[in-house]
Amino acid sequence: MKTNKIFISGDEAVAQGVKLCRPHVIAAYPITPQTITVERLSEMVEAGEMDGIYMHVESEHSAISATMGASAVGARTFTASSSQGLLYMAEGLHYCSGGRWPVVMMNANRSVALPWSIYGDQRDSLSLLDCGWIQVYVEDAQEALDMMIQAYKIAEHKDVLTPMMVNLDGFILTHTYELVDIPEQKMVDEFLPVFETPNKMSFEEPKNLGFSSKPDDNTEFKYQQNEAMFKAIDVIRDVDQEFAEKFGRKYYDMVEEYRCDDAEVVLVALGSVCGTIRVVVDKMRAAGKKVGLLKIRYMRPFPETEVKDLARRVHAIGVIDKDISFGYEGTVYTNVNSAISKIDKYVYKSNFVGGLGGRDITKEEIEEMFEKLFFGVKNKSEEKVEFFSLNVESND
Amino acid sequence: MQEIRWHGRGGQGGFTASRLLGIAASVHGGKHALAFPSFGPERRGAPVLAFTKIDDTKIHDRSEVQNSDYVVVMDETLIAPGFEKGIRPGACILVNTEKVEVYQKALPAFKVIGIDASTLAMEILGRPITNTAMYGALVAASGLVSLEAAVASIRTEMKPKLADLNVKIVERSFEIINEQSTVEG
Repeated sequence: MKTNKIFISGDEAVAQGVKLCRPHVIAAYPITPQTITVERLSEMVEAGEMDGIYMHVESEHSAISATMGASAVGARTFTASSSQGLLYMAEGLHYCSGGRWPVVMMNANRSVALPWSIYGDQRDSLSLLDCGWIQVYVEDAQEALDMMIQAYKIAEHKDVLTPMMVNLDGFILTHTYELVDIPEQKMVDEFLPVFETPNKMSFEEPKNLGFSSKPDDNTEFKYQQNEAMFKAIDVIRDVDQEFAEKFGRKYYDMVEEYRCDDAEVVLVALGSVCGTIRVVVDKMRAAGKKVGLLKIRYMRPFPETEVKDLARRVHAIGVIDKDISFGYEGTVYTNVNSAISKIDKYVYKSNFVGGLGGRDITKEEIEEMFEKLFFGVKNKSEEKVEFFSLNVESND
Repeated sequence: MQEIRWHGRGGQGGFTASRLLGIAASVHGGKHALAFPSFGPERRGAPVLAFTKIDDTKIHDRSEVQNSDYVVVMDETLIAPGFEKGIRPGACILVNTEKVEVYQKALPAFKVIGIDASTLAMEILGRPITNTAMYGALVAASGLVSLEAAVASIRTEMKPKLADLNVKIVERSFEIINEQSTVEG
C-alpha cells in the first residue's frame, strides 16, 4: 500500500482527516488547545484546497447551531471545541442529538474552570456523557485522523444518525508531533459515501427544525435515540473492520485489550495514557507479573459486554480517571463498576484519579497502581477512590 | 529510547529544532519520533523547553521526559539552579557559549560541549537565531541522525531560500563539533 507519512501534530492530523471527508460546512470558534485544527481548516478553505464553507462564528453556541442547521438541509458538517467552549455548546449538544443530526466534532480534552487551566484532563467531555453524542477517545495522532474518517461513516449511518465527538488529550496529543500516514483522497472517497439523510429538510420538503413534543410522545423520541445509540455498536464494529481492510489499520472497535489474555490485574483507561500503560505492562510482564490494559475507546455507547467479559477473567480492575464527579467517584469508574456489578463474580476494584489539569502520569505511578491492585486482592483491602500523586494530606 | 531536551527562549526556534530532529529521525531516518513543546502559554523571550523522543520502534510512552540523554542550551543564561534535574548522569549537554570551561566546571556529572552558535548564526544568517546551529552541533555530537537526514529535514520544513542558509549553518556547526572532537581525541 502506498503511504504518505508526514510529521505533524494531533491538531493538524485532525484537520487533515476532516479535509479528506469533504465536509460542506465547518463552523468553529478557536480555543486552546484545539486552535491549530480550526486554523488549518480555515486556511485550507481559504486556499481553495477544500470545497466547503468555513463559517467564522462568534461563539461555540453559534458553532453548534450553525452545524445543526446545515446538517438539517443535508450538509456534512464539522465543528471543534474544548473545555469552556464545549460547555458553552452544551445546550446545543442536546438539541443536536435529539434532532438526529450527525454532526462530527473534535474535542481537545482540557480541564474546566475554576481554577482556570488550559491544560489537559477529561472533565469537559466526561461531564457531558448524557448529552446523547457518541464519544470516542483516541491514543495518538494517527488514530485521531483515522477516527475523523470513521466518525462520519458511523454518525451518518441510517441506523445511527447520531452526532459524534472524537476526543483527544489536550497538548499530549494536540501539540505533539509524530509521523502520521495521510490516506489517499481516492480511497477515502471510496470508503465514505455521500451523506444522505431521510430527515433532510428542503424547499420541496419543508420540516420543523426546533420541533416540540408533549408528554404522550416525548418518551418515544428518547427511546428511539437510545436504541440508535445501541445500534451504533454494530456499526462501529463493521466500520472499523471495513476501515482495517481498506487502510490496513485496526482499532478493535469498542475497546482494545492489551496483554489481557492471562492477566490477573488490569488497568482501564481512556486516551493517551494508554500508551504509557502499555510500556509499563511490557516491563512488568518481563518480570513475570500478569498485568494488562483495557483501553476503552467508546464511552457512549458504553462497552458493557467487553468490560463484563474481561471482569470474568481477572482478579482486579483499576480504573484511571482524569476526572472526578465531586461527592462520588471518577465517571469512568462509575460506568465500569456498573458493568462489573452485573456479573456473578467478585472482582477487586480501585479508582485512581490522576492527570488532572495537565499533571503528568508517570510510569512509576502506573506501576504503583498495578502493585496496589495486587496488594488489594491479596489482602482483601477496602475498595476506594484514590487521588493519585496528591501533594496534600488525604483524609483517608 | 533517546530523549532530548531543548532550552531556549520563546521565539528562538527551540521547538522548531525539536521538530527538525523528529523529522530527520522519522521521515528521513526510518525511526520513530515524538516532538513536543513544554505545554502551556507561549510568550516571546520567556524560557521555554521542547523535547524530542527517538526510538527504533513506535513510541507509546506519553509521560514527560525525566531522563534526558541530550540537552541543548541555545541561551547560556538559561543554565540556572534546578537545571540539572531530569538529566541522566553522564548525559551530553551542548551549550551555546564562548566559555565552555565555566559550564564544564559547574556541571561535572555531564559531558559538556560548547559552540559559539550566536557568532555562527550572525555570520551566515545575519540574525542571532541559533536553533539550527545547535541542531547541527547535536547531530555531530550524538549521531542520533545522519547529517544527510538533518539537511533533508530542513529542506522538508523550510522555504528554499531560508533552507539554503540553514543547511549552511548545520553543515558548518557539524564540522566545528567534529573538529573539536578530533582535537580532543
